[in-house]
Amino acid sequence: MSSKDLIDFLLLRDYNVLMVVLGTVILGGSAALVGSFSFLRKQSLIGDAIAHSILPGIVLAFLISGSKNPLFLMIGALISGWLSISLINAIVNRSKLKTDAAIAIALSFFFGVGIVLLTYAQHNSEGNMTGLDQYLFGKAASMNSLDVQLFALMAIVLFFFIIIFKRAFILISFDREFAISKGLNVRFYEWLLSSLTILAIALGIQAVGMILMAALIITPAASARQWTNKMGLFMGLTVLFGMIAGYFGSFLSYTAPQMPTGPWIVMVLSFITLISVIFAPEKGIVSRQRKKRKNQQKILIENVLKSFYHIGETKKEIDVKRSPLELNVKLQTEIKRVIKGLSILERKKQVVRVGESWALTTEGITESRRIVRLHRLWELYLTKKMLIDPSFVHHDAEAIEHVITPEIEFQLTKELDNPEIDPHHSRIPKIRT
Amino acid sequence: MTAFWIIFTGALLAASSGILGSFLLLRKMAMIGDAISHAVLPGIALAYLVAGFDTNYFLLIGAALFGMITTLIIQWLDKRIKMQTDASIGVTFTFLFALGIILISAFASQIDLDQECVLYGEIAYVPLDLIYTASGESIGPRQVWILGVNLIIILIAIVAGWRGWILSSFDEEYARSLGIKTTIWHYSLMMLVSLTTVVSFESVGAILVVAFLVIPPATAYLLSDKLKVMVVLSVVFGVLSSIMGYYLAWVLDSSIAGSMAVSAGMLFLLALFFRPKEGIVVKWIKFSK
Repeated sequence: MSSKDLIDFLLLRDYNVLMVVLGTVILGGSAALVGSFSFLRKQSLIGDAIAHSILPGIVLAFLISGSKNPLFLMIGALISGWLSISLINAIVNRSKLKTDAAIAIALSFFFGVGIVLLTYAQHNSEGNMTGLDQYLFGKAASMNSLDVQLFALMAIVLFFFIIIFKRAFILISFDREFAISKGLNVRFYEWLLSSLTILAIALGIQAVGMILMAALIITPAASARQWTNKMGLFMGLTVLFGMIAGYFGSFLSYTAPQMPTGPWIVMVLSFITLISVIFAPEKGIVSRQRKKRKNQQKILIENVLKSFYHIGETKKEIDVKRSPLELNVKLQTEIKRVIKGLSILERKKQVVRVGESWALTTEGITESRRIVRLHRLWELYLTKKMLIDPSFVHHDAEAIEHVITPEIEFQLTKELDNPEIDPHHSRIPKIRT
Repeated sequence: MTAFWIIFTGALLAASSGILGSFLLLRKMAMIGDAISHAVLPGIALAYLVAGFDTNYFLLIGAALFGMITTLIIQWLDKRIKMQTDASIGVTFTFLFALGIILISAFASQIDLDQECVLYGEIAYVPLDLIYTASGESIGPRQVWILGVNLIIILIAIVAGWRGWILSSFDEEYARSLGIKTTIWHYSLMMLVSLTTVVSFESVGAILVVAFLVIPPATAYLLSDKLKVMVVLSVVFGVLSSIMGYYLAWVLDSSIAGSMAVSAGMLFLLALFFRPKEGIVVKWIKFSK
């Protein structure tokens, strides 16, 4: 393939390419939009069940009407989709089986019925069956302008309903009980949302096929959720990811002939998920690792400061210089870590280096007193207020001293009447102001 | 004889999946069974690619490998990334299935497989593919032997690990406190599910393995509170569905594997509506009295 072909594709100069790209982009976006609600309701896999359950409806519609008119097929798809959702609800409400089992039952039962009807039709029907199997595996490459117009119309209907009923849909997705208590007709909105989902899936399986349809519903939302907690942004990103996958998926399958489009759309979606999982701010692996390292560093330097205080406490020599080896008697870690902690503290101007040893600066002394104070306040609180034996409180205080805020410290001081002595008879250092 | 071999193949698969499915159901992992049965596709494709026709051993290795990969990715997304469980499953199996399809179409000339076969197999060919002894005598269809060995492996695993499997299915914390290695039981269950999928995909396809893994155990679960009874019942319902399915397919002139799944579903619906005490119809009659 020459670079001219590539540019032709990217700029959509070829009419057939334009149709395929438009079709997959519209489908990707619409499926992602309804998928965002399935995701929020923690029912993503219902999308998988619906995708499989549509098959008997489509084949039956074909057998009864004898035509492949998309309208008839769509009605068939809606009916069998609804039946499948009703079966799932009936199983969950009327038996001890859980949702995941109900989904798996509906999925394989309806798909079985679909396969039986399909093979029955192939052996017994006079009509022309070709094209029905595109619902099984998807045939994005053969989309024409009529298909695209139909997809666009459906997408407009979906967006229209979702924009109008956005508030109700969000409410039932996040807190169904609350929505009921507000007097919302939850059953109606759930029915409407399911119908829109079935519609989007019935369209989408023509592009990617039945099995991979679940990806178009689940994956964009799962990726978008990594990036944001804001509802509007989440929905926007979800639709965007769906559309990007449609575009690049058809591009990739175009570059390699004989390649089906559906799997490539799913590959692009999976790639987006991978990027999101690694690089998303806050929830991504990279930023979580960074946060974790920062926390560990904070704990390390605070422990080093505490060590200075403990060694010098009895002789009131907190500001005397200490060697790393000496400090580690209390810390019980690797010497390397002690030195690392000291060099961080040096940068913060809380210790100064004196030959092979380090000594606390005035700031360092204040800081070390603060941490020891928090530790002992907490120990006292646990013994006095929670009535825990003094011999058990040290471990808990070791962890909590690093996270107590000034506000909590103030509260503790007040609750304990500005105490002087901790449960192990050590003095609680005051903070000089 | 044809009818017998086909029904027997279905019954062997039904027994294997009935046992495994009961444990999947109890561990609330019904959809993980579904996920694994799709996600082993790249393993199947790679096995065909590496070994060509004589693929039996490679198929098993590929299946076990991708069964493990599936479980690991799902757990990683679920526990480490804290993606919600349903999404973790959906993202993982669609990715692996798509990868499988791409491998198959990229190496179409080397991989003698098509999507339809993977989806619903062809159980009707089972009686034609016979194994012969050195003297040229037929000792039965290849699939029957493969599925039979698979069932024996599962039975050995069940008998050997009954206590471990039960305890880690009902109460993982408790099992761990007794020193039972719950992870080992978890992964051995996943491996057996992958193996069963792979050895049966040629005859019934991925989706219908799911039907056998989930529906008969669910039917048995509705009718029984005891695990041993449940396992036995799910095998019985599975075998019954393959007999019913064969004749349903014969009447309708349609897919045998599909009909077996439909029969399993029918039995489930019967149990859902008419089971004693809690059945929907029984409750309704009580209510109107």
